[in-house]
Amino acid sequence: MFGLDKRDTSLLMIVAVLTLFAPFILNPFPTGSGLAQFNAGYPDLMQRFVIFGIFAIGFNILFGLTGYLSFGHAAFLGVGSYSAVWMFKLLSMNVLPAILLSVIISGLFALVIGYISLRRSGIYFSILTLAFAQMSFSLAYSVLTPITNGETGLQLTLDDPRVLGVTATADGSIPVTNLFGLEMRGTYEMVVGPWAFQFNMGYYLCALVLIAAFYLAIRIFRSPFGMMLRAVKSNQQRMNYTGLNSKPYTLAAFVISGMYAGLAGGLMASMDPLAGAERMQWTASGEVVLMTILGGAGTLIGPVLGAGFIKYFENIFSKINDNVLHGWFAILPDGLEDFIVFVVHPFIGKGWHLTLGILFMLVVIYLPGGLVEGGQRIAGWVRGNKKPDAPQSETKPAE
Amino acid sequence: MDAFLLQILNGLDKGSAYALIALGLTLIFGTLGVVNFAHGALFMIGAFCAVTVRKFLNLSVETIDPERTDFLGNPLKVKTPYVENWFGPEFGGLIIDWSVPIAILFAIPIMIAVGFIMERGLIKHFYKRPHADQILVTFGLAIVLQEVIKYFYGANPIPTPAPDALNGVANLGAIIGMDLIYPVWRIVYFCFACLIISGVFAFLQFTTFGMVVRAGMADRETVGLLGINIDRRFTIMFGIAAAVAGLAGVMYTPINSPNYHMGMDFLVLSFVVVVVGGMGSLPGAVLAGFVLGILESFASMEWAINLIPGINQIIIYLVAIVILLVRPRGLMGRKGVMED
Amino acid sequence: MGILEVKNVGKRFGGLQALSDVNLSVRENSVHAIIGPNGAGKSTLLNCLVGKLIPDTGSVMFDGQSVLGRAPYEINQMGISRVFQTPEIFGDLSVLENMMIPCLAKRDGSFELNAIANVMSQRDIIETAERMLEEMNMADKRHMNAASLSRGDKRRLEIGMCLSQEPRLLLLDEPTAGMARADTNNTIDLLKQISDERSITIAIIEHDMHVVFSLANRITVLAQGTPLVEDDPENIRGNPKVREAYLGESA
Repeated sequence: MFGLDKRDTSLLMIVAVLTLFAPFILNPFPTGSGLAQFNAGYPDLMQRFVIFGIFAIGFNILFGLTGYLSFGHAAFLGVGSYSAVWMFKLLSMNVLPAILLSVIISGLFALVIGYISLRRSGIYFSILTLAFAQMSFSLAYSVLTPITNGETGLQLTLDDPRVLGVTATADGSIPVTNLFGLEMRGTYEMVVGPWAFQFNMGYYLCALVLIAAFYLAIRIFRSPFGMMLRAVKSNQQRMNYTGLNSKPYTLAAFVISGMYAGLAGGLMASMDPLAGAERMQWTASGEVVLMTILGGAGTLIGPVLGAGFIKYFENIFSKINDNVLHGWFAILPDGLEDFIVFVVHPFIGKGWHLTLGILFMLVVIYLPGGLVEGGQRIAGWVRGNKKPDAPQSETKPAE
Repeated sequence: MDAFLLQILNGLDKGSAYALIALGLTLIFGTLGVVNFAHGALFMIGAFCAVTVRKFLNLSVETIDPERTDFLGNPLKVKTPYVENWFGPEFGGLIIDWSVPIAILFAIPIMIAVGFIMERGLIKHFYKRPHADQILVTFGLAIVLQEVIKYFYGANPIPTPAPDALNGVANLGAIIGMDLIYPVWRIVYFCFACLIISGVFAFLQFTTFGMVVRAGMADRETVGLLGINIDRRFTIMFGIAAAVAGLAGVMYTPINSPNYHMGMDFLVLSFVVVVVGGMGSLPGAVLAGFVLGILESFASMEWAINLIPGINQIIIYLVAIVILLVRPRGLMGRKGVMED
Repeated sequence: MGILEVKNVGKRFGGLQALSDVNLSVRENSVHAIIGPNGAGKSTLLNCLVGKLIPDTGSVMFDGQSVLGRAPYEINQMGISRVFQTPEIFGDLSVLENMMIPCLAKRDGSFELNAIANVMSQRDIIETAERMLEEMNMADKRHMNAASLSRGDKRRLEIGMCLSQEPRLLLLDEPTAGMARADTNNTIDLLKQISDERSITIAIIEHDMHVVFSLANRITVLAQGTPLVEDDPENIRGNPKVREAYLGESA
């Protein structure tokens, strides 16, 4: 279907079902119950899942296929956000032109940075992208204040022109982002017994974009272009002596992944119309690296899983506190209970980054293929190693 | 002229920190062939050694002073640090005041131990993995170390002042008839950095151990073939590099109150410094550290900012980008290092 | 006029004159061997032919066009394919994919942004690639990862990849170095078969006299960066100068 083979179609279907039914899947616990804190079916959290999913899919097109490790991709996300907010300020609150502009601008930005950075490879490339991203971050904070509004971040105001829209609504407030009148913040709540499921306009826009982005990524992976990118990673020497110029291939991959990042940034601004420089910092670039590696670099579904995984547990872990822990381990004898809580304490709540760092190290050391490889190993183990060499992305629908 | 000299001086302290971190990075890269993204974290751990020593020295015993009362008329509770009890208020006070230099003594064994553990426990397994994997795993480690520090010390910067005697300013220009007011501690820092750097170079130059390490940096395989146990020496080298970064951190605390993310902040810049100096070149790392520190200081002068707004923020990156494109091996690097 | 004409080529590395005044003419459809002791400049010469190095002096003409200053991929697109001393293949890709890449390079040129079409729908490419695999007796290994092939199979694959581009000149850099006798003989047979069945010129740099004399119909002897003599194999065998410079120890 859609020019994909059976396996890829089912992969696409899994992702489509997971995202479209996310408001149900992520809200398994009744609202009033004690476990409700593990629900993740809130609009802004779900939006973050899919937006970072898009970001990671794009990053994976560069890193997963060509092996070029960029530490500056957050810069493109930031540029996308700024462009979108400017579109809201100047043109209208419709998200479509805003998103288009963010993709185009970040694509151009990626073209310039990629053209220069790709003149070197290996660690030099990583450091060049890092330097560019930090430079953009510093500039956004300082000199470019007229464009970025510096530390405060770029926000909408009541005297923005918005030539195709209104400067202010009838009741004198800033208009909200919409898609041809459908408000992004519009949420329908469906109450089924003790459950409450939220269906948010903005989330569904992001989800559709994610599905499209994922579909496009599959096409790229399976195309001659994708094969060439894998050839770049495998052996550039042979590539050059086979009459292929690897530069434009890597540059194209860089620009495509930059545009994905810009798309993510544009969507982010469409959900919440503000943009700040901290989105461009190199630790933010590090986050997308984490997502991609954790999920499984070079696989199709890995980055989506990685993004979902990190954002989900970030949310859950920060909610767990000592009281919750004491609740869980209440059956144990007092001393033991306190001891366990004491041991677990550093890893929860604000300690989420510690857990993430440890998890990431373990993945790089023991499971270089990320969650996808882990899933394959478990599947192979369960099946008794009947099919040892499934080449790519056999995955379990996690979460 | 005064302003010119002052800017050079201003660049020296940051330049010293860059040079020290970059020196360690280069030692590790040159000997072990590992790209260590956790090196900034070592700098930070060093800084927190100073914080810890200061904390311990300030551990106090609470006593009741019957002769004085607080505003409610109750006897006043007085906190006296143990050290003051042991050594008398005067000498004890002096010890507390000098906590940062004292921390050096503690930091050296701690940092060497941290370096050993890191190398034996983790880095060792990554010698043969691609550079990208090394970057990733040490990046993970950097996050972990930073979060551990944050867990124990909180997120806020912890002021750790220099000894009173070294806290003031000095007029350096007095001798040559110019006006150069400059904080004493920064001079101390610069001298300290020079001492460490020359120590490392002397060690590499004049000891057999250093000779083997230098030979290993030039051609690892051949040295391995000679039957010399190069790996053990490299472990020790990692410990030394960690100690250098740590000491840089200890002494930097009075200049900038340490916080948990200072390692990451310095890491990016130090990598840039290494690249500018030339991957694998020790003199290059030191030179580039000072040059970039001074350049940064010049770029923050008023005329420079008026000329190109924001130049002070980006000068280092700009230089790095230009160097990488025009002269990929850096100021003093050999050709072909890391060009895969 | 040969298909490849090397005129007065010189190359210096610092204090070392690696090549000086090299003249060489490779005739169309011949198997031309370049031999010489270690350090004679064979590899430097080869690198000058494929664009990895640019000589300081002289000219290299392929089919009437200069190759100097062109990137390796451009030279390949002109019709020169190179086989490396240790097989250079795409280790992470399957054998079939390895074979498809040169076919794509031949059809689409050095760069083509073909990001939407499915690779498996490129029937013409797959057919050519599979035909080539059959010719190399590797059809049964097409889904294997190329990195897991044996050394001999990697060599066959690499030669097959070069041939699938239908080059006019095939350059081989010590193709049997480090091979067991049986593999060496297989490779000799393969190369013989190639030169018999195809209208292709082969230039080969080789150390192993057995390989040279069983394949070549023209030989250039290189010594200390300059050609000593260029002649037919029988004459080379009897040439006292060559014996002195090179064959001395082995003849």
